[in-house]
Amino acid sequence: MRLLTHNMLSCNIKGVANGFPLRLEAEKWVEKEVELNADFLRHIFPKIEWKALAGAARAVGYCELPEEADAAMLDSEDFLRRFHHALLEIHVEEGALFCPETGRRFSITKGIPNMLLREDEV
Amino acid sequence: MPRPEVQAPPEIFYNETEARKYTTSSRIIEIQAKISERALELLALPNDGVPRLLLDIGCGSGLSGETLSENGHHWIGYDISESMLNVALEREAEGDILLADMGQGLGLRPGVVDGAISISAVQWLCYADKSSHEPRMRLKAFFGSLYRCLARGARAVLQLYAENMDQSEMIMMYAMRAGFAGGIVVDWPHSSKARKAYLVLTCGPPSVQSYLPKGKGEDGAMCSEDDESDDDRNQTVGIYDRTRPRKKAKINKNGKGKEWVFKKKEQMRRKGYSVPPDTKYTARKRKAHF
Repeated sequence: MRLLTHNMLSCNIKGVANGFPLRLEAEKWVEKEVELNADFLRHIFPKIEWKALAGAARAVGYCELPEEADAAMLDSEDFLRRFHHALLEIHVEEGALFCPETGRRFSITKGIPNMLLREDEV
Repeated sequence: MPRPEVQAPPEIFYNETEARKYTTSSRIIEIQAKISERALELLALPNDGVPRLLLDIGCGSGLSGETLSENGHHWIGYDISESMLNVALEREAEGDILLADMGQGLGLRPGVVDGAISISAVQWLCYADKSSHEPRMRLKAFFGSLYRCLARGARAVLQLYAENMDQSEMIMMYAMRAGFAGGIVVDWPHSSKARKAYLVLTCGPPSVQSYLPKGKGEDGAMCSEDDESDDDRNQTVGIYDRTRPRKKAKINKNGKGKEWVFKKKEQMRRKGYSVPPDTKYTARKRKAHF
């Protein structure tokens, strides 16, 4: 699971008012190089919740992201490279996601988060 | 061989053996690739070379996702079968995949996705596998969450195998209720084997949406399932309306009228059968004691 996906996921257990962001605990992760596409980064930037991205990046040991970001920073090659790296090149293989409200654990195995809800959570 | 959907729930039907077919059968792979290409085409993404973030709902073995990746897009896949997802891992699917049940809602933030495709998956929602699995609730949760997570102007293209008209209508109804506009595009409507139906759904005000393309026909000509669409050519959106009168002439004469005979003969000609030509004698009223 890349941090791009993590940034979009929200807990949808019944009754949960704010299930975003899911807290990330990563036990194992790998880095895979992916070609940087500035167009995509500029396109997706407005949709990104930056604090959540920075927090998730820290959880996998990547602390190069600024605490806050605005669209003007997209002109900087250096920023783009860091943004790209955090968003698309880090793959969490083993770990878990936790609902911020209920603490419910969603495990991540072989890079696949298990988001299946129980009958009583739907 | 009954439909997969009545044999077992998808997470059981798509076991290791079934999933294996998706790596080894070149025919399956080819068909899935074709359908995925068509679905991506129907998504009508802007032709600006900018990669998008898409969803592949019921991504299974990652075959359809591969089409998305080949076109440069990033995607998030959903599937309920662990066996199928393991195949996707084997095939090194480039998108992120989630083990999830679409009937429980997609669990994504609002307005973040640029488009969604689904190949042969959504009809599974219509079958109640567990006692708490009321299909209507699941359809509602699915379409509601899908509508919310799509960006303004984005589309969802769902290729599905509805068992019958009722199911088709039910699916459509829940899509409309969630706020979607759109209609059904049918490719090869006259061939029972090749026939594929795509539910093309759009978000946002109808005036912004482009028209629904016509489905592909066997003879190369563009023919659409919707006979009325000839008049609607300039309409912006084909809204499926249940209360619209049936397109085919209903049997209204006692027995089958002249109109019905002509239509039937035309149908058989289109299929390729040799049919006697229509003359003044065709469907002429015969004497009762013929």
